[in-house]
Amino acid sequence: MYNGGKILLGLIIFIALVTAPFWLSGKQATAKPDPKVDTPEILKLPENERQCVESKAYMKKEHMKMLNEWRDWVVRDGLTVYTNSTGKQYTMSLQNTCMKCHSNKKKFCDECHNYAAVSPYCWDCHIAPKEKEL
Amino acid sequence: MSMNRREFIKIAGLSSILGIGGVAGVSALKNSVEASQTSKNPEALTAKRWAMVVDMSKFASEEDFQPCIDACHRAHNVPHITDNPKHEIKWIWPETYEHAFPGNEDEYRAEKYQHMPFLMLCNHCENPPCVRVCPTQATFKRKSDGIVMMDMHRCIGCRFCMAGCPYGARSFNYKNPRPFIDESKKNPEFPTRMKGVVEKCTLCYERLAKGLEPACVEAAKEVAAKKGTTPGLIFGDLEDPNSEVRKILSERFTIRRKPELGTGPSVYYII
Repeated sequence: MYNGGKILLGLIIFIALVTAPFWLSGKQATAKPDPKVDTPEILKLPENERQCVESKAYMKKEHMKMLNEWRDWVVRDGLTVYTNSTGKQYTMSLQNTCMKCHSNKKKFCDECHNYAAVSPYCWDCHIAPKEKEL
Repeated sequence: MSMNRREFIKIAGLSSILGIGGVAGVSALKNSVEASQTSKNPEALTAKRWAMVVDMSKFASEEDFQPCIDACHRAHNVPHITDNPKHEIKWIWPETYEHAFPGNEDEYRAEKYQHMPFLMLCNHCENPPCVRVCPTQATFKRKSDGIVMMDMHRCIGCRFCMAGCPYGARSFNYKNPRPFIDESKKNPEFPTRMKGVVEKCTLCYERLAKGLEPACVEAAKEVAAKKGTTPGLIFGDLEDPNSEVRKILSERFTIRRKPELGTGPSVYYII
């Protein structure tokens, strides 16, 4: 191989540079998000009523789509009441329904959003509940 | 294994049918929760076309109209910006006669009419020019009750609507409004706005949905109760012949702002 030494050295430097982010960040692994649902408002509810508007699995996966739909229904269509799959009714409102129970925006919303590096613009306008020390 | 063209096409066709069918099946499962229903609040106030009558005989001084403005601005977290008049945010505000009804000035008109504090708000026009020019349909006319609504989520801040509105009823957020909202007067149930969106009176759609009258109308009633008169703001359905608004319109002489423009404003003034 012509100039074998230089090529090998170049390859090593190239691989080191490309993989540098993994080496550098690998030492301080980002903590897995751990959203909390133990707000005083939720703990006040009796055990069998600690249910979100839909199932936990559905909310985990689809809450962003659901919030988008709620927004359009309320603002554009003037519909304000949501009847869920079990027939229970809720007022569709991020500020006045969701956050009344989930009054811990930092531990409930930001925890995962920061981890997933998404920054929804909800809180540019909507007023977040005051953070309480648990 | 050898395969001729005919067999290949058969297998390819079959697998694509399976694939499409599979996707449809999965998404049908996923949508099962979305079969949930939405409805109006049964207590909500409804009308075919909301309208307002401003009885100017009830608004002589600041103590008569200021409670209405305060109630509105508190209910909707409207910032109080005073350093630059161009940055001011107004949902409901007092205006002089010549500004309210231009083209109708008269130098000999009695002084008291010239300086009356005419309460201005969005006219919730029948044919709103702001809606026609909005490129994103962020402002739109609600078919159900004629309210000219703002969808703040969609507003891109182009300000065409401000150019379109002949009544100056729209304000632009040139800066973040949050520092200008008095923390003690903040309504935690209503959002604020952000920098770069246009806002205006929405005829308290959020209160109507709960069965409450607009904040300014409620405040006017409180002022009237204190003074022992009838309220200066009357709110009702323009298309219901038995509504309070229609009763007043059939008895009293009322004027509207710039009706010659053909926008069909829904706010009437008794002078």
